[in-house]
Amino acid sequence: MIRVPLRPLARILQARSKGENPDVIERENLRLRHEAMRDKARARAEGRLLVLGLFFFVAFSMVGARMGLLAASEPVEPATASTDSAIVAQRADIVDRNGRILATNLLTSALYAQPPLMVDPQRVAVELVKVFPDLDQAQLVKDFTGTRKFLWIKRKLSPEQMQAVHDIGDPGLLFGPREMRLYPNGTLAAHVLGGAGFGREGVHSAEVIGTAGVEKTFDTFLRDPANNGAPLQLSLDLTVQAAAEQVLLGGMKLMKAKAATSVLMDVRTGEILSLVSLPDFDPNTRPAQPTSGDPSDSPLFNRAVQGVYELGSTFKIFTIAQALDAGLVNVNTMVKTASPMTWGKFKIRDFHNYGPELSVQDIIVKSSNIGTARVALMIGAERQKAFLKSLGLFVATPVELMEAPGAKPLVPRKWPEITTMTVSYGHGLSASPLHLAAGFATIANGGTLVKPTLLKQSQPVIGPRVISERTSAIMRGLMRDVVTHGTATFGEVPGYFVGGKTGTADKAKPTGGYYKDKVIASFAAVFPITDPRYVLVVTLDEPVDTSTGEARRTAGWTAVPVGAEMIRRVAPLLGLRPAIDPATGAALTVAQVQE
Amino acid sequence: MRNMLFLASALAVMGLAFWAYRENYQTQQSQRTVRALQNEIGALREALSVQRAEWAYLNRPERLAELANLNFDRLNLLPLDPGQFGEVVAIPYPAPPAPVADLPEGAIESPVDVVGTRSAEGTAP
Repeated sequence: MIRVPLRPLARILQARSKGENPDVIERENLRLRHEAMRDKARARAEGRLLVLGLFFFVAFSMVGARMGLLAASEPVEPATASTDSAIVAQRADIVDRNGRILATNLLTSALYAQPPLMVDPQRVAVELVKVFPDLDQAQLVKDFTGTRKFLWIKRKLSPEQMQAVHDIGDPGLLFGPREMRLYPNGTLAAHVLGGAGFGREGVHSAEVIGTAGVEKTFDTFLRDPANNGAPLQLSLDLTVQAAAEQVLLGGMKLMKAKAATSVLMDVRTGEILSLVSLPDFDPNTRPAQPTSGDPSDSPLFNRAVQGVYELGSTFKIFTIAQALDAGLVNVNTMVKTASPMTWGKFKIRDFHNYGPELSVQDIIVKSSNIGTARVALMIGAERQKAFLKSLGLFVATPVELMEAPGAKPLVPRKWPEITTMTVSYGHGLSASPLHLAAGFATIANGGTLVKPTLLKQSQPVIGPRVISERTSAIMRGLMRDVVTHGTATFGEVPGYFVGGKTGTADKAKPTGGYYKDKVIASFAAVFPITDPRYVLVVTLDEPVDTSTGEARRTAGWTAVPVGAEMIRRVAPLLGLRPAIDPATGAALTVAQVQE
Repeated sequence: MRNMLFLASALAVMGLAFWAYRENYQTQQSQRTVRALQNEIGALREALSVQRAEWAYLNRPERLAELANLNFDRLNLLPLDPGQFGEVVAIPYPAPPAPVADLPEGAIESPVDVVGTRSAEGTAP
């Protein structure tokens, strides 16, 4: 590069000769040189900025274009990559604890009409009514010949119906694919499963949404594609549930009860193995929610969870357990039981008069209201409330059913001494059979709180301690006494060491007061009591036993035999081996094999 | 020499074009096959789910109980009962066979019956 000299000799000499300062020339040249350098640097920087700006512009345009493209394009499955996904339905299956299907999906079709495409609307209407007798021919003709461009005719079609509609052969009748929820076992576990219906509907597909039960509680889980079609596994056992429903239905008819419910629960994990509420319904054709009348009369009403009843003497177990745990009494403490017991303007009576005093053990065995009330007075209202609260009897059960949070126990607002006394034997506080089952499981399993759940658990769930191990053992002994020589002698099942407590509560009138001849009979059982595994609660609504010619309504004659039969049927299915002395040889019956 | 080079590169271009053409069509063909296979897999999975539903429907406890009742004469099936559990000691095992004396070496006089038989009376043999 040719540099312009800062001090060009010719000009310097010229300036010198004129007597000027030659440094001015040098400064001038230096300035010019700097200006030139600056201009060059500026041009280069501007160029770089332009390139960088261009680069960013292109980059952001790419991002924007890609986003626009992604947003606007139809989603397609990757065609060349191999897919492992086995999702075939938009809703996952529900299975029982052994993987047997409780709810699945079936592909079917929906029928719709486009009247403008129709060739002969009159004939189509006639033919359609032949296939679907529930349709109204006049209405169809009106719809087909009117201004409507589109109408749904049927939401679900069977293949036979679809063929029949095909045979009509009109271009205005069209089919859209539909997924429908199928409950292959019919009414089995209907109240747990709930039901499903269609949400938003289009011609090519329709949303299937849960309307009740676990279908609604786990709606998001069941519809989540990220699960890759993994089924929802419940803690229910299909076989046990079927046997329990059969036994309970038989028992309900035999005892002429209006309704019945049973809960079978694992005492260690709180898993519900069977939950029956009768009368029931078929979730495939779930009836509509009744708009008038008592909701509890509808078959949709889940008595085990939603039905809050005064459960009667079964609550005595809680009172006595607390008194024993607090060291207020022991099993041999004598308590006054002179009947009737007068407290202010109230009178408490026993079923029979049990004499002037009973031991705590006999209070449970004979089910004395007065004895329990006196023990409750020793405990006091505050401690009683705290204990019942710790058993979870003041809040709705945490079970995973849509209906559960709405079924809060009815707890008296004020808690005077008379409430302490009535609650101690199960009156004045209404709870659901599921609450009772969880409470009994807590008392029987060694004293740790059990939370009922409908999901299969892989390991025992140890809750916070409610009563001591020792109290739990004593209570198990008392429950066993009730069955061997107390109010539940019909509850004995050879080999299974059943323990439990009966409860017969007068039904409360909606207008206040109690019915004389309508009761809720409950039997809460724990088996085998030597090493508790399961707790069973059977509750019959308005039962009466007339087998002896005399109308008996107490739980010992109604709920207990049903409970015992259920244990006899269900325990072998649960894999419980009866403890029978092998020496007697009564255990083994030789199979008769026919050739 | 230069002409040779031109000829060689022209041939190479033609060869490559032919190769690319073939690859293109082969890829398209494989994609079609994959799509057909995936459709088939989808249809089979769908059929499988229908069959699973049908299996569950046919094996519903209600129907099985009904079938057991209908065929009670032949099958004698009853619900599981606590009495059907047994202790191992309660099983009457057959007595050990008496020792057989004086047999020539290698002779098989009483072949071991490895298949159990059921006696007509219904008691264990």
